[in-house]
Amino acid sequence: MDHAGTISRFSSTEFSRQKDRVERVARWVFLAMAVVMIAPLVSIIAYLLVKAWPSLELEFLLDVPRNGMTEGGIWPAFVGTVYLVFISLAVATPIGVLAAVYLNEYAKDNWLNRVINLAVINLAGVPSIVHALFGLGAFVYGAKFGYSILSASLTLAIMTLPVIIASTREALASVPMAFREACWNVGATRWQTIWSIVLPNSISGILTGVILQVSRAAGETAPIMFTGAVFFKAIERGDFFAYRLDEQCMALSMHLYTMATQVPNVEESVPYATAVVLLGSVLIVNTGAIAFRVWLRNRKKW
Amino acid sequence: MKSVDTSRYRSKTKQTEAALSRGETSTAGIHPSATERSRRTSLGRVRPQRPRWAVIGEHILETVIRISGISAILFVLAIFLFVFREAFPVLGSEEFSLVEFFTSIEWYPTSIKNVRYGVLALIAGTFSVTVLAMVFAVPLGLGGAIFISEFCGPKLRETLKIVIELLAAIPSVVWGFIGLTVMSRIIVQYTDAPVGVNMFNGSIILALMAVPIIVSIGEDALKAVPDSYREAGQALGATKWQLIYRVLLPAARNGLLAAVLLGVGRAVGETMAVLMATGHAVNIPHGILDSIRTLTANIAAELGEAPVGSEHYRVLFLTGVLLFTITFLVNLTADLVIRGVRRK
Repeated sequence: MDHAGTISRFSSTEFSRQKDRVERVARWVFLAMAVVMIAPLVSIIAYLLVKAWPSLELEFLLDVPRNGMTEGGIWPAFVGTVYLVFISLAVATPIGVLAAVYLNEYAKDNWLNRVINLAVINLAGVPSIVHALFGLGAFVYGAKFGYSILSASLTLAIMTLPVIIASTREALASVPMAFREACWNVGATRWQTIWSIVLPNSISGILTGVILQVSRAAGETAPIMFTGAVFFKAIERGDFFAYRLDEQCMALSMHLYTMATQVPNVEESVPYATAVVLLGSVLIVNTGAIAFRVWLRNRKKW
Repeated sequence: MKSVDTSRYRSKTKQTEAALSRGETSTAGIHPSATERSRRTSLGRVRPQRPRWAVIGEHILETVIRISGISAILFVLAIFLFVFREAFPVLGSEEFSLVEFFTSIEWYPTSIKNVRYGVLALIAGTFSVTVLAMVFAVPLGLGGAIFISEFCGPKLRETLKIVIELLAAIPSVVWGFIGLTVMSRIIVQYTDAPVGVNMFNGSIILALMAVPIIVSIGEDALKAVPDSYREAGQALGATKWQLIYRVLLPAARNGLLAAVLLGVGRAVGETMAVLMATGHAVNIPHGILDSIRTLTANIAAELGEAPVGSEHYRVLFLTGVLLFTITFLVNLTADLVIRGVRRK
């Protein structure tokens, strides 16, 4: 704002000088707050990388844990996380997208839909450990899936559902109303309009929202801890198809927790390297999704 | 999250829809059955129709969509019911009393002689670590939101928002690991605390986790203040700070409050980070360097050891019901506050 500067150049009163001083201080204070906010991300990544450096090589990713989990790699955990993420998103995405289609394209402003909105918001706010209790009660014992990848994935799916609904709704709402009206006016039904106009025009936004959930599902520990993830499971080195749906699996997030708190005498760099792999995959996936979104926004024609 | 923008857009959508369904000609595409009737009767001849399977298929699909829409309600109810169902039998048990549950600080679930289930210390733990986390996170989050929304240019703003989004994506177990390794070492070095994993450690970690959500919701709230307010302030010769302090903060008050509430909700429900960083001692904290245990961490730590169907197991589920209720109320309040903003 040059405004204040202009005043002081012409008629610098004590009042305006003080005003400018306060303004400068405020600007620096807020800048400092923003920096304090950002600093952790940078310093955490740097610190973890330095500590993890001795273990960081491709072999670490592909190898299985050895010697009572104190040495070796993280392959079983990595594969387990991939399984959990993909199965949970495969379940949550269709339900979430359809729910968002309903809320954005069909729902009228009545009490039922207000309750649905409220439910979505509250589902997003349910603590992850309560999701774990639910998964244990509903899937492990209720549906008798046992401690398995299936139970854990379904628990994760319900956890990611509200966020998928929210991001999909936003993507659907960004399609201009005129597009729909044009389609209706040539005689298309509501579903035809959604299928041929609304979804193609918002698919990239929907995808971005789903990809962002990959990282959330990968990072969660509490919900899978009691529904299907185990401390240790022996699989072959580099074997990608090692798990079955009804088996327990290892997971990166769980593995990090175990290494950090339960296993004595771990080689020092191993938990750090596990953290780097987990954080690295999450940040890479997210950065990719964000870059995709920025690229799309620049390409958009309307 | 462009909640305010989209809602404005959506309300326009609804007006248009309402206008459409009132009109006679333009409803043709919306209600296929009505269309077919009018084609047969008023036009006097039968036009080429969509195949029957397409019409039926569409009906089925729309039913599926409706069911998916309602699924969110079903899931919330299911979560409550399944967690409550596991907890329920303990309410009738002789050794368990609800009064003791809420008022006793003695949590000895595995004691052989005298089992006691008092969660007061755990509630105190959750409460104190959340409050301390908010002491750090609220000024930082709101300050960050103000900086992003008012002080920086468009390029820097985009960059900062992306960084905030990445910050929000860091898994809680990684935060817990940071607390356990980095923060605890720093705390032991600079204070005279016997152990580095304590309430202070946990609240710093929780604050860092809550900041991104406060910033992004708070920034939305500030962005929702009409530009005419800013212009009016500038026309009176106000500096940015005066504008923020006198105009924007009061105008965006509800949105900012909701941002803080959602931050609180996140902090209360956080599990892994507090499990790893707060030190796991069941007691009412007397200073910020005391170790504590929270409701969430307690479930995570003990559920694996409690035999299925035992009293201990059921009490842990009851703690889950308590947590669910707390976060439900916090989120409900936040939603009502935001709704109040929209209505204005």
